[in-house]
Amino acid sequence: MTVRIVDRRFDSKHKSSVNRARFIRRFKGQIRKAVSDAIGKRGVRDLDNGEKVGIPGQDIAEPQFGHGRGGEWETINPGNDRFVRGDQIARPQGGASGSGRGQASNEGEGLDEFVFTLSRDEFLDIFFDELALPHMVKRQLARIENFKRVRAGFTQSGVPTNINLGRTMRGAAGRRIAIGAPYVVRLRLLEKALREWLQLSANAGADPDAPDPHKAQLQQDIARLRARIDAVPFIDTFDLRYNNRVRVPQPTTQAVMFCLLDVSGSMDEERKSIAKRFFMLLYLFLNRNYEHTEIVFIRHHTVAVEVDEDNFFSSRETGGTVVSSALELMRTVIAARYSSSQWNIYGAQASDGDNWNDDSPRCRELLQDALLPLTQYFAYIEITEGPPQNLWREYEKLQTRHPGHFAMQRIGSVRDIYPVFRELFRKRGVQGA
Amino acid sequence: MSAAGQGPGAPFAAGTGLSAPPSADPAARIAALPGGSEWTLEAIEQYDEAIGRIAARYRLDCYPHLLEIISSEQMMDAYAAIGMPVYYHHWSFGKHFLATENRYRRGQMGLAYEIVINSNPCIAYLMEENTLPMQALVIAHAAYGHNSFFKGNHLFRQWTSADAIVDYLVFARHFIAQCEEQHGIAAVERIIDACHALQTVGVDRYKRSSQLSLAKETERQQARSDYLQSQVNALWRTLPPLPERERPTQEKRFPPEPEENLLYFVEKHAPLLEPWQREVVRIVRKIGQYFYPQRQTQVMNEGWATFWHYTLLNTLYDEGGVSDGFMLEFLQSHTNVVYQPPYNSPHYTGINPYALGFAMWRDIRRICETPDDEDRAWFPQIADSDWRETFDFAMQNFKDESFIAQYLSPRLMREFRFFSVLDDDSKAKLQIGSIHDEAGYQSVRQKLSEQYDLGRRDPNLQVWNVDLRGDRSLTLRHFAHRRRPLDASSANVLGHLAYLWGFVVRLERQNADGSVELVMQKSHEKRATPSGAAP
Repeated sequence: MTVRIVDRRFDSKHKSSVNRARFIRRFKGQIRKAVSDAIGKRGVRDLDNGEKVGIPGQDIAEPQFGHGRGGEWETINPGNDRFVRGDQIARPQGGASGSGRGQASNEGEGLDEFVFTLSRDEFLDIFFDELALPHMVKRQLARIENFKRVRAGFTQSGVPTNINLGRTMRGAAGRRIAIGAPYVVRLRLLEKALREWLQLSANAGADPDAPDPHKAQLQQDIARLRARIDAVPFIDTFDLRYNNRVRVPQPTTQAVMFCLLDVSGSMDEERKSIAKRFFMLLYLFLNRNYEHTEIVFIRHHTVAVEVDEDNFFSSRETGGTVVSSALELMRTVIAARYSSSQWNIYGAQASDGDNWNDDSPRCRELLQDALLPLTQYFAYIEITEGPPQNLWREYEKLQTRHPGHFAMQRIGSVRDIYPVFRELFRKRGVQGA
Repeated sequence: MSAAGQGPGAPFAAGTGLSAPPSADPAARIAALPGGSEWTLEAIEQYDEAIGRIAARYRLDCYPHLLEIISSEQMMDAYAAIGMPVYYHHWSFGKHFLATENRYRRGQMGLAYEIVINSNPCIAYLMEENTLPMQALVIAHAAYGHNSFFKGNHLFRQWTSADAIVDYLVFARHFIAQCEEQHGIAAVERIIDACHALQTVGVDRYKRSSQLSLAKETERQQARSDYLQSQVNALWRTLPPLPERERPTQEKRFPPEPEENLLYFVEKHAPLLEPWQREVVRIVRKIGQYFYPQRQTQVMNEGWATFWHYTLLNTLYDEGGVSDGFMLEFLQSHTNVVYQPPYNSPHYTGINPYALGFAMWRDIRRICETPDDEDRAWFPQIADSDWRETFDFAMQNFKDESFIAQYLSPRLMREFRFFSVLDDDSKAKLQIGSIHDEAGYQSVRQKLSEQYDLGRRDPNLQVWNVDLRGDRSLTLRHFAHRRRPLDASSANVLGHLAYLWGFVVRLERQNADGSVELVMQKSHEKRATPSGAAP
């Protein structure tokens, strides 16, 4: 008997992925809570990885009938080193060996937290669940990066691998019937004539096998017609049909995100890190919605400069604040590089709200007249624990006038980032696009 | 009880079936098998062949087997599906998978070396991370040890159909997937949740008598009435009738006899279940029943497989098939598996079934081959008998509980230093009942055997009554064994039962003195009333 060895290592791996997805779907509520706790704990930069989350074991326990503690238990244990019959011993605390159920919980962690690792996709799914980008109208056909082959009926030419047998044979059958039809009609007539003639001659008492020119003629015609019908080709190159696939350009949607950060003296490290986390969230979120996302980092104190990512978050300047400088720069950059007909433009501004008093109205005007018409959405977050500053008051006027396009929120501490983010991008009912 | 074949099973390796044990065959030196720790498919095949040859000489009767090589990830998949190659989808399997994955990734646990499936052909999984000696160990343990146990033991023969299980699982998976399409995942999940909660109390412990055919039934009735007719004596009619007395009317219960298989009862009698829901209940019940023999034969089964991998590989070594290095690696894993920490060790989690089982099978062989006076006094029937025949008899006709009650020897109790502890919650201190001495052997053995009796280990719950004429409430009775209460999660289980039943479910406890008290009561969840309900 030879044994059969099957190498299954290359079979599909993720046999449990359905079950895993079911589990996550079922406990979404608890998992989301764990996820939002997680963001407070770790740097946003590595949000992109999976996350280990824990949810209360109690919630996901699968109950079964079992004995509780109490009553009499008489258990056998190995390794007696000191006892003799009738010994009385104190009950061990914790009761690990005392109750001696004999079965270790196969969950190991028992009813403590149930800890597991979410994959990156699962994590982000939950993270951005029920959030939506407002006004994703301009899904412009901006750049064509790839093509997708889609079915487009059948053609008469192609490569042999693409032959569509069903179509081909159907066509061939139709052609055979159509071409053969006139012959078949004539054949039927001739056969009828032959039958009648035979009948007649039989009635007349003639020998049916006797040679007769009329009969011979009929039989010859019939044979010729049969040959004609047989000569109709069973399949003809004319019948061949090939599956047709055409290349359809896949439009790539693209978005640009402007991160406007106040780096004036009043923005300390902590506030900047809050802003940074917020921007990272926004970036991840845009990335999920658009295939192509660019970011423009603009930081400003009294003057605004466009910088790269590292400089954006690291260096620190001092001095006063002129917020409008950043907005100005944003407008210039849009005009130069990101035509609003081709790009979905998002703006996010983070500031502690400190601004030159005279500048705030100007910011409002800039936004209202120049930027909001160009952008899909502009979010302002004010990172402060104190009372709202003058910029906030000015922006408040904007909020009432552009409800769908402009939003503002205040963030007091790291804890608020996720809730605020959710609030800004909460899925809203269908309101005019 | 011992209906399932006595003596050796069907002669599966006919040619070598009757040859003497290998130790008596010095000529049987075999060619050395591949060494090293890297395995190849050819090496595995050679090992399997060599081990199979030795197993045949030991007259091990197995199903044909199939070795499947899988990766660690697939092993975790298999874990989640309790080792089965196909299973229906349910979130709880996803939960087990995530738990396993997490602990494995963090190095908190190793994966089992093997999983073996009681099917015909028997499927044994080999993990690709194993070294060659480990693969040989797994082959001997699973593909020959467990395999022959599955084929021989009466519980498996009686309760599981190895030929059909994989097909049944495929059916179950398709059926449940179909239900999900028709009725929605949530609805199906709800019912599977409820069934899983009841799976441990959804097994038959005894075979149901098969339904009589109509012809048989009429025949039997005819015989009864004929008998009554033959007993008629007109003289009795002359007696004056007894005055009518007040008779205590005892309400007829339904079911007339208590039913311990809750899932069976639900499947057959729950008033509101749809046909597809009944089928789902049936599927979960059938699969639970399939695993029930495994729970009953842990010690025996693992001990048997461990004994055989130990014996087979040692024989292989004696015959020169494998090297010293191979044996050292093998023995290291083997001793890890059969280690029994004492009660006061931090690693102690109860009796290790591998250790106890292995020791018992070795001990039985010793009693057969070289018994001393004590063994002759305790085991007169097996001392000096042919050990292979004794083994087959023991393997085929027992389960853990009876196996221990029958074969645990005083010598083994001394070696394990067994002692019994009585934990009575009405007393302040624990009491040592009996220990491994002359006065205690019987009692220790009996108590250990009871410890493996599922009937005592699982709470004894029975469907006691259904209020057919009233509110259709279902009454469940818990027969408390030694005052042990049910644990806290039973409230949730009762909720699941109420969902399946559709009406109020009560749980009563009957104490040792016969008194009955109501423990709790769960009302059913509101269901969507079917269209056409009364206005």
